[in-house]
Amino acid sequence: METVAMHISNGIINGPVAAAFAVFALGALAGCLLRARQGLNDRLAPMAGLVAAFIFAVQMLNFPIFTAGVSGHLLGGALAAMLVGPWVGALCVAVVLVVQALVFGDGGIAMLGLNITNMAILGTAVAYGLIALLLRVVPRTAGGLAVTAFVASVLSVLVAAMGFVAQYRLGGTTDLGAGFGALTATMAGSHVLIGIGEGLITATTVVTVAKVRPDLVHALRGRPLTAPAVPVPVTEGAR
Amino acid sequence: MSKQHWGFVLGGLLVALLLAGVVSNFASSQPDGLDSSLRDGCVFDAEENVIGGSCPAQAAREHELGDSPLADYGIRGIGNDFLSTGLSGVAGVLLTFAVGGGLFRLVRPRDGGRPDGEVAGTARATAAGLKG
Repeated sequence: METVAMHISNGIINGPVAAAFAVFALGALAGCLLRARQGLNDRLAPMAGLVAAFIFAVQMLNFPIFTAGVSGHLLGGALAAMLVGPWVGALCVAVVLVVQALVFGDGGIAMLGLNITNMAILGTAVAYGLIALLLRVVPRTAGGLAVTAFVASVLSVLVAAMGFVAQYRLGGTTDLGAGFGALTATMAGSHVLIGIGEGLITATTVVTVAKVRPDLVHALRGRPLTAPAVPVPVTEGAR
Repeated sequence: MSKQHWGFVLGGLLVALLLAGVVSNFASSQPDGLDSSLRDGCVFDAEENVIGGSCPAQAAREHELGDSPLADYGIRGIGNDFLSTGLSGVAGVLLTFAVGGGLFRLVRPRDGGRPDGEVAGTARATAAGLKG
């Protein structure tokens, strides 16, 4: 039977390493929950649920990445970090991964810690770090926001892919020998392309939300976008 | 919570339902970046069985709940692929929204949470503006 596997399947990484990452992921998510709690209110809770549901939907949309026979799909860490911040964001991606593993048979349940570590924790953390950094230097325009979302997406996807490579190094069930380098290279190559797709989706989504409801884009911290740079005559001195 | 805010959430949900319920049928069915990396080195037949070579994907074992009625993004018992994929997507979006929204509602502070950053930010900005 044809199976749809978007995440790490059972048997790919050995039990002890999977268990260690399950413990790590559980601890990290507990930390996120504690931090997320302070910012949650009656308004943000449904918005965060929407972000999780949206990520679930877009993850179903595998897009071709112009390498023969390979597709990619959104991971969602950058989108979540942009819209609801790092703590709630990581939890949103984790909710998606848990639903996929428990209901859709996607990603082994024993592998959940590995998948959560790569996509929910690493992916969101890297994205948020970049978002915080970039939004200090780019203009607060739709373009600046789009560039931020794009760059954060590409790198967050690449780091999530390298998370898997590291896990495979620790507990991969097939001894690849010299082939490990090739696995690393294929994972990196395909995920740069997937990251570009993720970047386009994330930038489009975030800019759309920012135009409709800037108050719902966490990265904007409650301030709307400024219009694209139009030279403003300096009148301060004259007044 | 305002009517406008629920409007946004419902609108967003509608978009997600359309993506998962309809657009999902036009998604690429090629293996994704992870899966294809793990299949490197193996030769597959049309039924996805390995007919030659060796690759990490061969070590894959059955999913614990592989016979879930929604396994592999379809609904067991529905023969029409379009309907099966679409309905499983709709179910997934609603379930994820319920689990996510429910979790975040459950863990929010008891008093319903602090007012928004937006409100707090505006208040701060106004205060600063008045002072200056």
